[in-house]
Amino acid sequence: MTKQHANWSPYDNNGGTCVAIAGSDYCVIAADTRMSTGYSILTRDYSKIHKLADKAVLSSSGFQADVKALQKVLKSRHLVYQHQHNKQMSCPAMAQLLSNTLYFKRFFPYYAFNVLGGLDEQGKGCVFTYDAVGSYEKVGYSAQGSGSTLIMPFLDNQLKSPSPLLLPAQDAITPLSEPEAVDLVKTVFASATERDIYTGDKLEIMILKADGIRTEVMELRKD
Amino acid sequence: HLSLRLSLYTHSFDEEEEEAKMFRNQYDTDVTTWSPTGRLFQVEYAMEAVKQGSAAIGLRSRSHVVLASVNKAQSELSSHQRKIFKVDDHIGVAIAGLTADGRVLSRYMRSESINHSFTYESPLPVGRLVVRLADKAQQVCTQRSWKRPYGVGLLVGGLDESGAHLYYNCPSGNYFEYQAFAIGSRSQAAKTYLERRFESFNESSREDLIKDAILAIRETLQGETLKSSLCTVSVLGVDEPFHFLDQDSIQKVIDTFEKVPEEEEDGGEAEAEAAAAPAEQGGAGDQDVAPMEM
Repeated sequence: MTKQHANWSPYDNNGGTCVAIAGSDYCVIAADTRMSTGYSILTRDYSKIHKLADKAVLSSSGFQADVKALQKVLKSRHLVYQHQHNKQMSCPAMAQLLSNTLYFKRFFPYYAFNVLGGLDEQGKGCVFTYDAVGSYEKVGYSAQGSGSTLIMPFLDNQLKSPSPLLLPAQDAITPLSEPEAVDLVKTVFASATERDIYTGDKLEIMILKADGIRTEVMELRKD
Repeated sequence: HLSLRLSLYTHSFDEEEEEAKMFRNQYDTDVTTWSPTGRLFQVEYAMEAVKQGSAAIGLRSRSHVVLASVNKAQSELSSHQRKIFKVDDHIGVAIAGLTADGRVLSRYMRSESINHSFTYESPLPVGRLVVRLADKAQQVCTQRSWKRPYGVGLLVGGLDESGAHLYYNCPSGNYFEYQAFAIGSRSQAAKTYLERRFESFNESSREDLIKDAILAIRETLQGETLKSSLCTVSVLGVDEPFHFLDQDSIQKVIDTFEKVPEEEEDGGEAEAEAAAAPAEQGGAGDQDVAPMEM
């Protein structure tokens, strides 16, 4: 007799793709705005990017209900941090907090595929990429979500991240300028939209620099 | 409305007073022991602790709340204690008494505020916060033999959908709403000043409210020259999250009514100010104050 499997799942995948690229003094975080379920579109105008702190921006694809819950937890924890330390959390600190928060639910995970982007304590761009249970790594660029398999190889080709095993330790920061990086992101999403049904509608780009955050929106194919 | 510190018990006979004083020591060991005249002396002693602390003042208009406190340092070598805390963007608290107790209660209030925001996605109404504080934190400690009352009075100022509010929370667990109030040592002088002016506060502008707060602080200093390094002022209001005023802003307000003494002692004052400035820089801005709490 075969094992009975659950005919109800607590999870759903709302699709979408998130990308982040770190520069010498900036960080670009981008995500499409399509939210789907199954083969249907729920909305064409949903932001997957969320500012956690002045220098840390989170972008998550996956199950958006879990993503929302995760954002709320991080926001509350950030408030507590601010009360205790009288300052905002740095991006590396937020990265660790996110990892701990995800692992806390190791046995009923947040179905969220996260990319955290921001500026580190020295003002250089940093990107952290995660799996659903909190394993994370500081990288120069990353893509998560339904279009990640289409985008990541192309970013590898263009940005060629050095191996973390090399000595002396090399920074994963891209030498690209900010306009070049933004352009690359737009190109990459336009391509992913062509072949990934869950990616499309609009592209939201957040550019983080020392003096503030700028947002750009670009139209994508709606089919 | 402004009122003097409300005594929990009234005494109509002098004899009773004398008798009560005689028996005071027998019934004041435990917070859970009543006196024959129906008083809890430990609670009353806790309220005394509030009177010993340095002054804290709160006033409100229809749209703003200002909390101010006197910076008294233990010695010339040490920095002053933080007496005003941000609870949330829309709530601040000023304390007088055992500041350590005050820090703990502030932490409780911050936690309540964050939890409420998390659950209801909206700011915690001030009235709810003071009730929770009074019931959970304060009243409970007057009814457990293994606890003691918190020796701190809290002036909770905040803004919610029903407007601006100022509350005073007692160590006894009582709380009252005020238009303006002052607690701590020499607060009576400030209260007298506020009593004369409070009727106009509701319609006051933000600037006038701040000026009145600083003038009330001046009353508690009783002769000492008012300098921005001696006081901490915080504001919150509609479209204005809770924040501290920096030294320069406070000094500008002081300058509008303290012109004469400044001119006379120009030479000596300037020198003293310059020496004091680096040490006091963190005072109102609160960036250099060691985050010792929590």
